[in-house]
Amino acid sequence: MNDAVLPRPLRLAAVRDENARTRTFVFDASIDAAPGQFAMLWLPGLDEKPFSLLDTDPVSFAIAAVGPFTRALHRLSVGDSVWLRGPFGTPFALRGDDHLLVGGGYGVAPLLLLARQGLAMGHRVRTVIGARTAGELLLVDATRAAGATVAVTTEDGSAGERGRVTDVVGRWLADDRPATLYACGPHGMLAALRDQAGRAGVPFELSWEAYMRCGIGICGSCEHDGMLLCADGPVLCGG
Amino acid sequence: MAEMTHEARDADRNDDLTVDLTVDLCGVRLPNPLVLASGILGTHASLMHRVAIAGAGAITAKSCGPAPRGGHVNPSCVAWDNGLLNAIGLANPGAVDEVALLVATKALLAPLGVPLIASIFADDVDGFARVAATIAAAEPDLLEVNISCPNVASEFGEPFAASCASASAVTAAVRAAVDMPIIVKLAPNVADLARIAQAVVDAGADAICAINTMPGLLVDAESGRPVLANRTGGISGAALKPVALYAVDLIARAVRVPIIGTGGVRSAVDVVEMLSAGAAAVGIGSAVYGAGPDVFGLVARDLVRWLAERNLTLADVRGRTQRAPSWPEAATPAPVPQADHALVANPQPVLR
Repeated sequence: MNDAVLPRPLRLAAVRDENARTRTFVFDASIDAAPGQFAMLWLPGLDEKPFSLLDTDPVSFAIAAVGPFTRALHRLSVGDSVWLRGPFGTPFALRGDDHLLVGGGYGVAPLLLLARQGLAMGHRVRTVIGARTAGELLLVDATRAAGATVAVTTEDGSAGERGRVTDVVGRWLADDRPATLYACGPHGMLAALRDQAGRAGVPFELSWEAYMRCGIGICGSCEHDGMLLCADGPVLCGG
Repeated sequence: MAEMTHEARDADRNDDLTVDLTVDLCGVRLPNPLVLASGILGTHASLMHRVAIAGAGAITAKSCGPAPRGGHVNPSCVAWDNGLLNAIGLANPGAVDEVALLVATKALLAPLGVPLIASIFADDVDGFARVAATIAAAEPDLLEVNISCPNVASEFGEPFAASCASASAVTAAVRAAVDMPIIVKLAPNVADLARIAQAVVDAGADAICAINTMPGLLVDAESGRPVLANRTGGISGAALKPVALYAVDLIARAVRVPIIGTGGVRSAVDVVEMLSAGAAAVGIGSAVYGAGPDVFGLVARDLVRWLAERNLTLADVRGRTQRAPSWPEAATPAPVPQADHALVANPQPVLR
């Protein structure tokens, strides 16, 4: 664990658009990491930010252009370099053989790898993917293609069921309880899912987002409920 | 479990050992000499509580200044082969909000008997006095005066720790502003550390923390850029240990106040080395990387064992580097190196 963890350059092997704001970046390298872990991506001279791994072989990230750093990333082309530090953090750990995965907004990214892991073991994998509107839905086709059941919700009803992921989760927790619930998305969504799963008595693993600096559990920037999201998390278990 | 693990047996045996690890630091009782160094996990009451539960003997909060600061952008802290390099840039919520954080932290630490050390910085002498007076409302057990952050020179200029006059002026101003014991944190990269230590003690410092991080630069070969956004940062961890031991030994021979020896301490043996150099207590910071907060309990346990196995107390090991050799003989003087006689007799032509 005390190996040197300095940024190393990776070359962009492919980029593809996932939706209007989100692009997948595929690099020419693999990484020894598990679903839910993250890496710090660095553009020398600009900034360094944490991103959940979309895939480990090859290393891939699904990243929305929401600020200066991600906009700069979106301007890169195949052959350009991005520096990576990591992987960091505690991953999701599959428990039982009937999994409910819930992704809100850009939070879907780390769940595809988890879905594939569960499906490869012959487990049942159900996924709820939500967004504000159809154009912001992420990885719906890829998750279906992987073989998972996918329910879609949008707040404006432009795709799937009108409403929020918690509406579908509430029904599935009541009618057809999974062994474990896994989720990644906005903090409000995670807090609601924690309450839902807690009431239903279903164990849960939630991936929380935070501003991160060191990524290695020493600076304290990412504190959340007494935990360090970079080291104890980003996935915190309960239930 | 039917069978105990080696670790469990070792832990049990350790429980039987009785070595007093308590330390008196300026009239404040520490359950052990292991102090959480400033800048590590000192951002939240919950994290400082966790480090205290893990076995720290005192907790230093992250340094706070007159106003809220976001600090430097990323990368601001990275691990490398022999330690860490950081330039967080004194990110803090400002002294007013820090008071609430310290009050909450002290309430969590007090039942554990673990004292709280607040830490302050400012960009001028009056600022130090004002921040100290504000922070005093939280009644921390001790106050660290951080005059040695190496990562804000572009805004603040040369650290106050760089000269006797500025170090002494800040110390005197803080001394006049508060009643609690004050610890002045010194920098390693100064021309005359012993004189600076003497100057801050003369100005009213009750203790010295030695040392802050050492300025350093990491460069990424592929991009040719500094790795940290701030370009330079402070070196901590294993690479800093000989520098810290050097500083503690030097300061211990110059002044009589207690020293918190800080820099590269990761194990009980490192602690013993730091105490031997003259430290009264020992800061641990970068070692949290890898081992997590549990490093405090593990090092404390190993320290008890190390001392017990040798039938020594903390007082026995403290300041051993300062003591005279015990041999009646003097060592044979080292020989003067001799030039090669053949070359002296037959000089070779100089190649151009």
